Amino acid sequence: MRRQIPMIITFLVGTLIIVSEFIPHKPFGNLSTTLEGWFLIISGFAIILGQLSLFKVNIIKIHRRTPNWQYYIIALVSFSIMVLCGILWGTQQQPGLLTVREGMLNFFGYKPFDYIFKYFFENLSATMFSLLAFFMASASYRAFRARSPESTLLLIAAVLVMLGRTTIGSTLTGWIPNSLNFLQLPKIASFIMKYPNTAGQRAIMICAGLGVIGSSLRIILGIERSYLGGK
Amino acid sequence: MRVSVFFTLFILLLSLSLFAQEVTFLAQDNPNDDGEAIKLEWVAPVTIFELVLARSEDNITFTKIARVTPLLRTYIDDENIEDGKEYSYRLAVINDEQEVEQYYFSAATASAQWFNTDKISLLIMAIFLASAIVYFILHARRGGRLYIRKISGLDTMEEAVGRATEMGKPIVFVPGIMDLDDMQTIAGLNILGHLATKVAQYDSTIHVPVCRSMVLSTAKEIVKESYLRAGRPDAFNPDSVYYLTDDQFGYVAGVDGIILREKPAANFYLGAFYAESLILAETGFESGAIQIAGTAMPTQIPFFVAACDYTLIGEELFAASAYLSNEPNQLGSLKGQDVGKAIIIVVLLAGVVLEMCGVHFLKDFLNLH
Repeated sequence: MRRQIPMIITFLVGTLIIVSEFIPHKPFGNLSTTLEGWFLIISGFAIILGQLSLFKVNIIKIHRRTPNWQYYIIALVSFSIMVLCGILWGTQQQPGLLTVREGMLNFFGYKPFDYIFKYFFENLSATMFSLLAFFMASASYRAFRARSPESTLLLIAAVLVMLGRTTIGSTLTGWIPNSLNFLQLPKIASFIMKYPNTAGQRAIMICAGLGVIGSSLRIILGIERSYLGGK
Repeated sequence: MRVSVFFTLFILLLSLSLFAQEVTFLAQDNPNDDGEAIKLEWVAPVTIFELVLARSEDNITFTKIARVTPLLRTYIDDENIEDGKEYSYRLAVINDEQEVEQYYFSAATASAQWFNTDKISLLIMAIFLASAIVYFILHARRGGRLYIRKISGLDTMEEAVGRATEMGKPIVFVPGIMDLDDMQTIAGLNILGHLATKVAQYDSTIHVPVCRSMVLSTAKEIVKESYLRAGRPDAFNPDSVYYLTDDQFGYVAGVDGIILREKPAANFYLGAFYAESLILAETGFESGAIQIAGTAMPTQIPFFVAACDYTLIGEELFAASAYLSNEPNQLGSLKGQDVGKAIIIVVLLAGVVLEMCGVHFLKDFLNLH
């Protein structure tokens, strides 16, 4: 029963969602919107589980004095400060339990939660995102080695696109007459991005779409039961 | 000379006929909906300054619903329309002095449809695909032989778990950054079930940091069941699946920290990824772990290919669970998908040829409105 009930629910809901795609009449027409609403409500409650897990895991690590345990204290303190600021003084859109004093607003320029979000959180996020540039350079260095015919093609395409997308490309091939403008680097870069690249991406997307249909059918028909912990 | 005079006269007459065009106005039920909209259509000379649309339920009192231009030609009224009720509409022609020149009237009853005819092509394709998949599932059940090509990334999974056990290092599994409403996350979690069983059998350890609370509950349950299935429920550590944060880069920072501190023997990135894919994969590469990734995000696949040892591209991610289970039922569904792929290739080729010949039937038929 522990397996059968979820499987019956999955089958009924999955079938209803597929049927509702083709029937605009009530109650089918807005069924998927209603179920999406249910999902949001459930995930809203599930957030509490996430926060509890966060607290539990961090407290265990502090208690056991695992290496670098001090960082877990920082994580918990930061989390608590954000939650308290949000509950007590609210955010720009939402009022909190306490009224924000004039002096506090004058000093910070924002409510405490918004101040921390803007001047701490956003900068930390941007720092992580900016790491991408360096990682892209190191990954490209490894990927663009002419070890095989395929990787050589990749290297050539990448160099052409990189040159074509910068001013160097225009400077190098700007002298080519208009009658032969398809040899200009920006044109070559546009061609590579517009045709071979788009074709490749679409092929992946079509196959992924088929994969989604196949997986969904397996789950709806109860053939795929890994999500229930079964084989 | 004579030709140019005739041409000028023709253009003049055409323009006059266009400007002298009569106003026509029609209200009708908006097709393929749940009976909560009326479609208003009009043809009016472009010289008209403005048109005002008004609605009435009793055909006496009209309430303005929109100001439109003659060029717009269509307006869908979906504000407080009830199924089965008749509504009267009035189109007022306004001149450039903001005076009403003439009124036009029409009435329609909104009605809900039981089938969306705009999606008939989708239904046909879905029936074809589902039939192919079901046929091959039944074929496999009857013992039919099916050839499924090798997926190296999945064959290496056991080797990766074995390596982790020998080295005494953990395995990190990242199920992407999206919630359970994304099929890629579900596909990733399905693979987690198989991986966790191997981890339990080999007595290795696994870390599953997650980005969404719903994924936390599901992943925890999956890992727990996998340990149970492997006959080692006592070895399951509930804290091996834990929540970090919902924030994209906060999550990346957390996972990177785990990889750098724990120095895992193998990293699995299977699910939906965005800009964080390369940051995760490069950090994993630096740590020297075997890396197996899989996503259906076309923009992130190149990053994984560059930084990981094995990458499951698009459909391979969805096929992985069936491939690993080795069950005839599931393998049959993969074969059905291949037939679907063949159908799509044939339709694409036919579409290209027909379009080149100037026949647009297939494109129009497949176009979803």
